[in-house]
Amino acid sequence: MQRYDIAIIGAGVVGAMIARTLSAYKLKICILEKENDVSMGASKANSAIVHAGFDAAVGSLKAKLNVRGSEMMEDVARELGVKYKRVGSLVVGFSEDDRKVLEKLLERGIENGVKDLRIIGKEELHEIEPNLSDEASSALVAPTGAIICPYGLTIAAIGNAMDNGAELMCDFEVSDITDVGDAYEIKSSDGQTVSASKVINCAGIYSDKIAAMVGDNSISITPRRGEYILLDRDCGTFFNHTVFTVPTPLGKGILISPTADGNLILGPTAENIDEKDDRSTTSSGLAAVTAAAKKDAPNVPLNKAITSFTGLRAVGNTGDFIIRPFGDKFINVAGIESPGLSAAPAIALYVKDILAELGVKFTENESFNPIRKSYHFFKELSEDDKREYIKAHPAFGKIVCRCETISEGEIIDALTRNPRATDIDGVKRRTRSGMGRCQGGFCMPSVTEIIAREYGCPFTTVTKNGGDSVINISKTK
Amino acid sequence: MELIFHRKVLIIVMSTNNKKVQLAIIGGGPAGMSAAVAAHEAGVRDILILERDQRLGGILPQCIHNGFGLHRFGEELTGPEYARRYSELVRKYEIPYMLNTTVLSLTRDRKITAVSESEGLFNIEADAVILAMGCRERPRGALNIAGSRPAGIYSAGTAQKFVNMKGYLPGKSVVILGSGDIGLIMARRMTLEGAEVKAVCELMPYSGGLARNIEQCLNDFSIPLKFSHTVVKIHGEKRLSGVTIAAVDENRRPIEGSEEFIECDTLLLSVGLIPENELTRGADIELDSVTGGAKVDQNRQTDAEGIFACGNVLHVHDLVDYVSEEAAIAGKAAADFIFGKKSEKISIKLNCDGKVRYTVPRVITEAKDVNVYFRVSNVFRDSYIVVKDGENEIFRRKKIKFAPGEMETVKITEAMIKNAKGDTLSLSIE
Amino acid sequence: MTRKITCIICPRGCEMTVDYEGKKVNSVKGNACPRGSVYAENEILSPVRTLTSTVLCEDGSVIAVKTDKPIPKELIFECMKEINKVRVQKSVSAPDIVIENILGTGANVIITGGEI
Repeated sequence: MQRYDIAIIGAGVVGAMIARTLSAYKLKICILEKENDVSMGASKANSAIVHAGFDAAVGSLKAKLNVRGSEMMEDVARELGVKYKRVGSLVVGFSEDDRKVLEKLLERGIENGVKDLRIIGKEELHEIEPNLSDEASSALVAPTGAIICPYGLTIAAIGNAMDNGAELMCDFEVSDITDVGDAYEIKSSDGQTVSASKVINCAGIYSDKIAAMVGDNSISITPRRGEYILLDRDCGTFFNHTVFTVPTPLGKGILISPTADGNLILGPTAENIDEKDDRSTTSSGLAAVTAAAKKDAPNVPLNKAITSFTGLRAVGNTGDFIIRPFGDKFINVAGIESPGLSAAPAIALYVKDILAELGVKFTENESFNPIRKSYHFFKELSEDDKREYIKAHPAFGKIVCRCETISEGEIIDALTRNPRATDIDGVKRRTRSGMGRCQGGFCMPSVTEIIAREYGCPFTTVTKNGGDSVINISKTK
Repeated sequence: MELIFHRKVLIIVMSTNNKKVQLAIIGGGPAGMSAAVAAHEAGVRDILILERDQRLGGILPQCIHNGFGLHRFGEELTGPEYARRYSELVRKYEIPYMLNTTVLSLTRDRKITAVSESEGLFNIEADAVILAMGCRERPRGALNIAGSRPAGIYSAGTAQKFVNMKGYLPGKSVVILGSGDIGLIMARRMTLEGAEVKAVCELMPYSGGLARNIEQCLNDFSIPLKFSHTVVKIHGEKRLSGVTIAAVDENRRPIEGSEEFIECDTLLLSVGLIPENELTRGADIELDSVTGGAKVDQNRQTDAEGIFACGNVLHVHDLVDYVSEEAAIAGKAAADFIFGKKSEKISIKLNCDGKVRYTVPRVITEAKDVNVYFRVSNVFRDSYIVVKDGENEIFRRKKIKFAPGEMETVKITEAMIKNAKGDTLSLSIE
Repeated sequence: MTRKITCIICPRGCEMTVDYEGKKVNSVKGNACPRGSVYAENEILSPVRTLTSTVLCEDGSVIAVKTDKPIPKELIFECMKEINKVRVQKSVSAPDIVIENILGTGANVIITGGEI
């Protein structure tokens, strides 16, 4: 049985940032993920926003870690080669009542330590966002708000942690955790076992179940369904900022925002559900998104929708992030709903502090390298550099995905670099191939072929996202 | 640029990163090849076809069914056979082409940046450019169907590529959404390869495909075609396990209570084709919001001088024969442009009444006979296509049935153009 | 008896009305060309179709084929079984014959795919 200093359960953005932070020290780390790839839960399907931090209650962990995480994010994104843009955010009000809410948000934001907040009137608002509804009358401007590729961040952070020595075990669904005195033994549902001196529970919507395995029954997580619609890449300039409307008790309402990749995202709805794995979209949810978006911006180009999806936010039972030790070798990092993505880098430092309190010794890993090459490095080269690069690596001259101009070289890169993509969706999240307006119609057969070739496996075993999700079921002849 | 013959295939060896050609054709499918052949026959000798796939022919090589070429060649050909008719001419005329070559950008002044494995990144300056990039299929996301996101959902053309080019079967029990021609063709093809096609659902009360395909692809195999039906929910976690379909009302909204679950492992989408105009947009060429293609005159010239467009990148055709026909017009016109042939310019706009959804061209700039292509917005029986000059009717022709799935033509004659009182001719269905 | 038949000969897809008794066709209406009436009569007497599919190459890839003339409609699936048995060399090219006189129909199965 492999013995680790640290076992992190869950390869979402929180687990990823913790793994990366800890990989800077001489610690033997493993990351246990039940899915066949990283970033498969809330980290892959969310609003992709780095919140400024004016939303959370003053004094809460959410507030503190959001503001700190948001400050750290730009550097983190740069080191990890992840797309990040500080576009600023707006909370838009339509009435006098809304304006009062904005003023409360402003007050709260200032108390939380958010910089440069201000409220603007109708004229300035329409000047900076001409596509907003005429009814919009005021807005809270948060220049520190930003957008980021959330699964890009998660994949890169895990990859960076792996490059610095951490081990990722996918398809490891934790089924049992046993206290063996100086360590926990962690069993998977398919019979694998590892042991670790300290266990960090970052299992997202399943973190209550994992906590219960060590006897902590204080946590309960309610999945909150959020449905989104993504518009074509030529719609990313529709709004210059992330545009929220005034918040409701269930969340920050439906936002419209450019994404770091240049699409326009609409959503989410907010509906508490019972099923922990129901990621289906609903016609009522999608209708609610379009209705809300039309209210904010009547000419939002809904006919440019390229996909819709659902994310499940892990809503805890305390109203705040639940980040605390249970006993002397288990830490819960649970209830990480919004602004969890924004807070993730700060959560990692916070967890490191708790580990130190629990007696973990942090000796620097001299070979630690915080820098990771972006999956999109080729696109970022100058024309001359591209020319030279293709001469040395001809596969980068062979375009596979037409919509997003992704070459075979980039796809092979995604299949070979930590953490390796193993399926069509994994390639898509890393390279964007199949993420464009034809949604893989043209490139899926080629990507299927490349995966089969790189892994030396039959065509019929290539999957969309692991398990039974095969693309082709048999040969025709 | 040096040309080498290698096993009947022309390979171009590029010596530098910057090239000049008289005519660059983007796309080596039926439109690109026909345009090249026409330009060659009109005297252009410095042509280069840029094709992103590993072979010429565009989508035709995977369209292994027959039914192509009746109009153009007077016989029934399969897709690859039709493509070969043109590729043989391309080779006979020694028209250079580059395969596995993707054009990354185009400017209004006809500068092209392209990339390939063998040549790397390179630039081309062209005296004239013909856009022949074809179209792509509308994906699921554009429909916003509720439910999960399992494997097993493909556009019909993707399934066609898997089955006909790769030799793999995407699934065994199939529902098809949309009655576009590729969907109908794939209903038969999957059936022949042993799959069970349980239903074809069409949102509209009429088909988007050709009547003959409904007959020989669905009726021959007793596959039900459900008009005014759509898929309202996708089921299944990893692989599709079924779909819920429902009837829709006249506003195309699902009718509550009409839902029906169909177990299946595959959903094919044949819900429309979209001209692929990224490069066109990048060159700042004006597009037509109805067709999704460039706005062109009767020569298929866009609003950028010397840039022409033809085939499905311009507007979606029902028959490849018409693609070839249109591309030949563009090829000849590009040749005229290259040789500096000028004609007296006029400007007659073509208007549509809505029942006529669009026309290609949108504007006529020379007084000569012009075959105007158009499509209608609904099924019209025992109706007339009418051309008016102001209030004055100048042409009327009866047809038993006009259908949205079929491209129609009407000839605007030199006389009609010369005699026009105003600057607009209107097309309507009455 | 009368039967409505959609012509599949050309994309026009004429909707024809055939009046017939048993195997005797009295009249065909609605066809725009003579080929329509021939098709309609065939549909009543013995419907035929051109079959297109693929055959397996020795290297595991597939190549497109068709029957070089229409075959009786009721033999389509039987013909598919024959076509699925065939293995061809990678070097075949159109219009090589891969099955002669398939199931005695008088039609050959010929290569249509391959190099363009």
